[in-house]
Amino acid sequence: MAIKPLAVTAYTVTNALGRGIAASLTALRRGESGLRPCDFEDAALSTWIGRVAGLEEDPLTGEFAPFDCRNNRLARLGLEQDRFGAAVRAARERHGADRIGVFIGTSTSGIGATEHAYRQRDPATGRLPAGFDYRHTHNLFSAADFTRRWLALRGVVLTVSTACSSSAKAFASAYRHMQVGFCDAAVVGGVDSLCLTTLYGFNALELASSQPCRPWDVDRDGLNIGEAAGFALLEWAEPDDARPLLLGYGESSDAHHMSAAHPEGAGAVLAMQQALARAELRPGQVDYINLHGTATPSNDAAEDRAVLRVFGPDTPCSSTKGWTGHTLGAAGITEAAFVWLCLEHALIPGMLNTRRIDPNLGAGVVLDNREQPLRVALSNSFGFGGTNCSLLFGRRAA
Amino acid sequence: MNTLQVEGVGLMAPGLAGWPNGRAVLSDARPYVAEAMPTAIAALLPANERRRTTATVKLALQVAQEAALHADIDPSTTPTVLASSGGDSEVLDKICAALTLPDRPVSPTHFHHSVHNTPAGYWSIATRCAAASLSLSAYDDSFAAGLMEAAALAWTDRTRVLLVAYDLPPPFPLSERREIVAPFAVALVLNPTPTGRRLATLRLTRNAERPASCLDDPQLEALRLGNPAARSLPLLRAIAHSIASRVTLSTGESGGLELEIEP
Repeated sequence: MAIKPLAVTAYTVTNALGRGIAASLTALRRGESGLRPCDFEDAALSTWIGRVAGLEEDPLTGEFAPFDCRNNRLARLGLEQDRFGAAVRAARERHGADRIGVFIGTSTSGIGATEHAYRQRDPATGRLPAGFDYRHTHNLFSAADFTRRWLALRGVVLTVSTACSSSAKAFASAYRHMQVGFCDAAVVGGVDSLCLTTLYGFNALELASSQPCRPWDVDRDGLNIGEAAGFALLEWAEPDDARPLLLGYGESSDAHHMSAAHPEGAGAVLAMQQALARAELRPGQVDYINLHGTATPSNDAAEDRAVLRVFGPDTPCSSTKGWTGHTLGAAGITEAAFVWLCLEHALIPGMLNTRRIDPNLGAGVVLDNREQPLRVALSNSFGFGGTNCSLLFGRRAA
Repeated sequence: MNTLQVEGVGLMAPGLAGWPNGRAVLSDARPYVAEAMPTAIAALLPANERRRTTATVKLALQVAQEAALHADIDPSTTPTVLASSGGDSEVLDKICAALTLPDRPVSPTHFHHSVHNTPAGYWSIATRCAAASLSLSAYDDSFAAGLMEAAALAWTDRTRVLLVAYDLPPPFPLSERREIVAPFAVALVLNPTPTGRRLATLRLTRNAERPASCLDDPQLEALRLGNPAARSLPLLRAIAHSIASRVTLSTGESGGLELEIEP
């Protein structure tokens, strides 16, 4: 039997395309990228990034001052868009503040605060500056803790941190907690912000491109790092719910290598098949796949094989990394929200920057936007450590 | 639906090296002596990988392996939940230190070891386990959050789950802003389906009004408070004693998690 679907009763995204879902939808429709040459702090790297404007000048203050760091500023900015706070307030009235769980994905949380603190170590003693608050900035839980405090929620709360699948897996965790009655509704989200750790780290791994990233292109040569915040309110679906629905999820491990995908995409195959099985849907019923599609040569090749194996060459698919860059732990929620926009607005996005599809790849990638009604769409998120998550969403006829 | 059988335990901490030792201490058969913890070897890892991995990975894998052997389960088909407040602070310290140097020479190995799910990745590689794995943090309440995630997974999918919780003291200077008094790691094999070989049965109830359970031994109580993974100690003590009891774990401001434990 298919799992009981969850409805996305409110959602919001903020990323390099702008604040709120309208900015993302407009940019997706117009084919306007949010990527720019790297201008983050004093990073001297010839790469492109997806930076959210305005975070530098907008600190957290008052009771939230201890949480002040780029990551929580981005979370706050995200939470302020699309009347998301009002939707959660209304849900608080329906369910009670202690019955709404908070599940936030992040890979690096506020590590930028620690980077800054290390640059200000006392030259004689090596000690960190007095103002540095590890717990409320760098620690992974800070992202979830800030979110639940901002939304005044007192239910179960945790940070999921599984690299670039973090906020996709947050949906699976939320589903389970709701299924067993630990909570009655869930705020699921993801927040990852630009920092020197990821910029210099991906540079050291030679995975960052010096140009705008080109998923599936024959000349693709790496990813661009982006930052994003996204949040969704999940509640059990009504019988004739017209809102986007979580129909299935799949999670797997590659069991292959810490930083390289399984060459045949074995784990990705399992994750996609599990998502289909939970929804009791056949591959042919999926109208669109939002690929993980980071634009590194090996990741795209592995995902291509996996998609071909499960879906064959005809299912339309694309990576939206050319718009936002790879938002790491926030990629799952960002691209889930893009899928909801596509379901609601009858859009299949193409792939920005990709000019010539790699002839060795065979999945049904779409280069130019298509206007086309969709009923069911899949979103893939994969990460270091061989972690894979696929989310299957759908929408009933309005 | 709301019970779990504990089928195996892994444990590693100062004075609690391995579950047989830990059980002896926690059942009051032997006094607690906080002697230095033996180095975790994580025998499961191939030698070349063992050389590359950190103390954090080895500690997490050591207890995971002990619990899996104790429960006699097939780790290649068992999903995992890993709970840790801060992950691998040693690696994060090295990266942040490298970022202060000219040209910021971040080591590629350190970078791909910096993700919170690094121990999960190594475990899946070592056991050839393609099942789901989730790594989480809830600061000081990470163990309770991990137990709830493991329970939710076990009940939803009717599957055994291997839960691993671990935290190590961060190196200086992070140690001054995050005090973790000693390394501690624990692993539990949890089965939602009753079998003949349980160590204990757990019944979980959220939102207990009772305060978190403490330990009488002042040294063990200091360990409980001094490492998020050691918040598991009252539960381990109840398992070691093999008597019906009740334990409350803090889940921060969201109330407590009450565990009814039956042998």
